[in-house]
Amino acid sequence: MSHDHDPRAIRTEALERLLVDQGLITSAAIDTIIERYETDVGPLNGARVVAKAWTDSEYRTRLLNDGTAAIAELAIGGAQGEKMVVVENTPDVHNVVVCTLCSCYPWPVLGLPPAWYKDPAYRSRIVREPRKVLGEFGLTLDDNIEIRVWDSSAEIRYLVLPERPESVIDDDEEALAELVTRDSMIGVARIDA
Amino acid sequence: MEGIHDMGGSYEFPSSLAERDQEVFHAEWEARAFVLSNAYTGAGCANVDQFRHAIERLDPEAYLSDGYFGRWLGSIELMIADADGHVIPGRYTDHTAARNLHATPRFAVGDIVRTTNHNPPGHTRLPSYVRNRTGRVTLVQGGWVYPDTHAHHEGENPEPVYAVRFDGEELWGTEAEPHTSVTVDLFESYLEST
Repeated sequence: MSHDHDPRAIRTEALERLLVDQGLITSAAIDTIIERYETDVGPLNGARVVAKAWTDSEYRTRLLNDGTAAIAELAIGGAQGEKMVVVENTPDVHNVVVCTLCSCYPWPVLGLPPAWYKDPAYRSRIVREPRKVLGEFGLTLDDNIEIRVWDSSAEIRYLVLPERPESVIDDDEEALAELVTRDSMIGVARIDA
Repeated sequence: MEGIHDMGGSYEFPSSLAERDQEVFHAEWEARAFVLSNAYTGAGCANVDQFRHAIERLDPEAYLSDGYFGRWLGSIELMIADADGHVIPGRYTDHTAARNLHATPRFAVGDIVRTTNHNPPGHTRLPSYVRNRTGRVTLVQGGWVYPDTHAHHEGENPEPVYAVRFDGEELWGTEAEPHTSVTVDLFESYLEST
């Protein structure tokens, strides 16, 4: 570990020594887990789910009926994904996800959350003034579009199924997955192509 | 309990999100604190509800200034201090929270429900901005371990969870933006029929 004088870094080193001494984990295992979260677990998983839903209407139906099972079909699951609900954006309804109490987030499909998702500004404001907050993200929605904010206060985790850009007509799942952004699956962005 | 963590609808954090921080980890210690916290709960030293409640018990100033992973670190430190410095694995072996229910859920999709004025001194997952509010059940989510007791070594007491939708006007009055709602996953104990 680098020599960092942030008190939190020093406290973390102390906790690491304690838990390693107690046999709960090894420092090598910590490195391995960090690497796994940095490389394997991320929004690409969610993007694969969305691209499949865009190209396979039967999969889309299964995904909206039982998100957990349909996501597991792609061998995606794990901690913070025990039950997944997928909510679909349409021309009339826009969904956006938050956890006001603590920043819960669907790790298996989106990885770990970006700092702004955990920011008190996002946690406090998105439930009260979603139109204004989405505007700050660059997403201005007409007043006739219903906005549904989902506050994931229990163990159920939410994934937004964004609208497929009309301009993309080729059903190449891999190419489609590359268009799908993390922010669109939280619901603070649309996908333009 | 009410506290700094219960942020929904608060006016205390007015910052714009136009300039926003995209990082997952800002420093090596954040990543290590993340893994260490998971190792502590993963070994069964505590359950996730105790972990969340320990975050809620942190000093409010530290809650804000230590940041997200600083809070995780503080939570583990606090629970170890509660145990007089001991680390005791194996107290919790089941890391899932979904449970089969032996009774039929009291409410169904479409039912109008009202949240109670539930505000215990300990842990709860009823955010204060939806206390004493009327909404409609939109999903019945199955049975789940009840955090209000599980966080306090008082058992799992599983009960149904419902996604309850509240209109913006119900939550924010005339300040509400048009055509908006908030849907919150709530335990049956938080709800009564209207």
